Amino acid sequence: MRIVVAVKQVPDTAEVRIDEERGTLVREGVPSILNPFDEYALEEAMRWRDELGGTVTVMTMGPPQAEAVLREAVSMGADEAILLSDRAFAGADTWATSHTLAKAVEKMGDIDIVMTGKQAIDGDTAQTGPSIAASLDWPQITFVGFVRELNQESIVAERYVEGGCEVIRASLPVVITVLKDANTPRLPSLRGKMKSRKIEIPVWGREYLALPEHEVGLDGSPTRVVKITTPEIISNGEIHHGEPEKLAALLVDSLLGTEVH
Amino acid sequence: MASIEVRKETCVGCGECVPACPFGAITMDDSLAVISDECTLCGACESSCSYGAIIIRTGETVETGIDQYSGILVLAEQRDGTIDHSTLELLGEARRLAEADDSSVSVVLLTEEAGDWPAELISYGADTVYLAEDAQLKHFRTEPFSKITEKLINEKKPAVVLAAATTTGRDLMPRIAKNLNTGLTADCTELSIDPESGGLLQTRPAFGGNILATIVCSDTRPQMATVRPRVMKAMDRDENRDGVIEKIELSSNDLVSRTEVLEFNSLDEGSVDITEAEVIVSGGRGMKSPENFALLQELANLLDGTIGASRAAIDAGWVSYPHQVGQTGKTVQPKIYIACGISGAVQHRVGMQSADIILAVNKDETAPIFEFCDVGFVGDLFEIIPLVIKEIKKRRK
Ligand SMILES: Cc1cc2nc3c(=O)[nH]c(=O)nc-3n(C[C@H](O)[C@H](O)[C@H](O)COP(=O)(O)OP(=O)(O)OC[C@H]3O[C@@H](n4cnc5c(N)ncnc54)[C@H](O)[C@@H]3O)c2cc1C
Ligand SMILES: Cc1cc2nc3c(=O)[nH]c(=O)nc-3n(C[C@H](O)[C@H](O)[C@H](O)COP(=O)(O)OP(=O)(O)OC[C@H]3O[C@@H](n4cnc5c(N)ncnc54)[C@H](O)[C@@H]3O)c2cc1C
Ligand code: SF4
Ligand code: SF4
Repeated sequence: MRIVVAVKQVPDTAEVRIDEERGTLVREGVPSILNPFDEYALEEAMRWRDELGGTVTVMTMGPPQAEAVLREAVSMGADEAILLSDRAFAGADTWATSHTLAKAVEKMGDIDIVMTGKQAIDGDTAQTGPSIAASLDWPQITFVGFVRELNQESIVAERYVEGGCEVIRASLPVVITVLKDANTPRLPSLRGKMKSRKIEIPVWGREYLALPEHEVGLDGSPTRVVKITTPEIISNGEIHHGEPEKLAALLVDSLLGTEVH
Repeated sequence: MASIEVRKETCVGCGECVPACPFGAITMDDSLAVISDECTLCGACESSCSYGAIIIRTGETVETGIDQYSGILVLAEQRDGTIDHSTLELLGEARRLAEADDSSVSVVLLTEEAGDWPAELISYGADTVYLAEDAQLKHFRTEPFSKITEKLINEKKPAVVLAAATTTGRDLMPRIAKNLNTGLTADCTELSIDPESGGLLQTRPAFGGNILATIVCSDTRPQMATVRPRVMKAMDRDENRDGVIEKIELSSNDLVSRTEVLEFNSLDEGSVDITEAEVIVSGGRGMKSPENFALLQELANLLDGTIGASRAAIDAGWVSYPHQVGQTGKTVQPKIYIACGISGAVQHRVGMQSADIILAVNKDETAPIFEFCDVGFVGDLFEIIPLVIKEIKKRRK
């Protein structure tokens, strides 16, 4: 079984704060981390590798420093790592990101499964996984909470949707996107840490992947961010202070005033 | 290759662009903005510079006959023969957008048996319903649904395609967008038409709700977006609206799928769906213990409402996850939302800000919730809520 896990380096958005006065995002001192969802995808991949044999390859598309998340994944038990890095890849939306990642999967050859996290905590789109499947023309199972069965021909996975859980069978090769809390990701092992320090990580660029300029990065991206703002806070509410009795009476006034009853 | 440049002659060193960059890639060096390698070419700074000093260059783009595209297509979502409310919300929003250039609104419904739904979709704003009925369309499956929809888009050429940002929409739309070589904006909370270009301005939260990004898709069509459920408003049902129903011819190839649904298990049977509630009484860390939620339950019962909670209360194990409101929980749109002992963090706010009326009880007058609630009460909830319950009972007598 050859499994590829796509991982992304992201700013820890839980640490991002708003500068109240200027209404802007403060990123100073915010650490870059492995996208939390991707840990679960990686664990799901390694769990099945441990059972069936084979390899888990992690790949990321990003700037040279994104290599750090690949080393982290190797310390947790990934076998191989590939960095897709090229100035030309910058500014990619999910079309161009998935296009590049899919080309890398084709280049690796004979891959049975591509696993991604459900979403990245910065871009938050959850679009990369299904778009990779489209690029490769493979079937997809999104929002997977658990892989029940896996063999050389097919996979059975639980897909969590509004109000329930679908159990889906797909033929291989396949792309799956994995939810948070799908499993308990293992911690880096001592052996893994040693390996992560030594491992040679090949860097693949645009030319190596034989991708034309207009299919990568900003040039290859149909969408474009034109504005970023912090959510505006409109305060037109009335605020009441005083004795609890008075406040309770006012609260009931506003409740009954809205005429649900 | 795309590149970014600060024009030295034009930059006046005002520094406005520095905070606009979500990646912290801009610094000021001797009254000149300097962009580091951290830059991801996201584009946010370009419009922040009032002097036009920041320029992002892209390679040649070929606008391939985008003028041939017009109108808005909504992808209907159904489960067990019932249309999801989000579809009606999308129709309402599509109608509003269509007013801008007097274009038409269509909807595509793929199902086993449509029943009265096509007429209903017209009553809620569709001019045309494209309909395919087949036993194999009973359950959503990615491949048949994307193939049929892609063919329809290629034939009808809508300028805009909308689907709900549900697990179905978020599975289907990226696949369609990739195959049609066009752009897709995720989980939008606001849509509008740019009066200058006529293009769709798509606004969505990102970075865990900390920012709102506005995204355009200027050179390719259709412009595709998934839209967060419960944010847009459905229009009032109007039985007198006219519309046409057009059947989609299916070929057996359209229905080929490499995935199959083996079973469907519904979760939390009997548990409430808080997104349907008209009144939500919600508690946060300020509730202090699971027992105290009984107080909120009593108030909710009096108002025919249900219980909601902040993540802090969920994480503490006081209330179960289906009750969580917010970015990683449910987005709700009740008539009344009563927040008790909830500070109003941005991740909570994104899930409840479109409630008609937000009431907040909090003992800290600087709590952020007081900045966006409709009526706020500064005080101890353990004093106020029991009195509220008493007062309601008294007035009902
Ligand atoms: C504020 C903002 C808003 C944006 N909105 C949109 C939008 O609406 N539409 C759009 O097309 N683009 C958008 N983008 C661009 C988008 O963030 C990038 O294309 C990004 O590379 C992938 O999208 P994501 O972060 O949403 O990842 P998701 O699609 O949420 O990620 C899902 C999974 O895909 C894998 N993955 C994602 N990126 C990589 C990578 N670089 N390398 C390896 N694996 C990866 C990971 O396994 C991840 O868990 C936006 C960017 C910003 C800054
Ligand atoms: C990626 C991410 C996703 C998240 N998703 C969600 C989400 O979906 N939903 C969500 O809610 N949060 C979410 N959060 C968490 C969010 O940031 C806040 O931490 C959380 O909402 C705080 O919950 P709270 O308001 O109950 O608690 P606190 O912020 O601790 O507020 C408690 C409030 O209770 C008041 N209080 C205390 N005692 C009393 C009393 N006796 N009477 C009156 N008032 C009292 C206090 O003054 C205080 O304002 C998310 C965070 C991250 C990073
Ligand atoms: S906003 Fe424009 S003029 Fe001001 S510092 Fe930045 S680049 Fe220069
Ligand atoms: S393009 Fe985006 S990342 Fe680059 S400098 Fe401008 S705002 Fe920062």
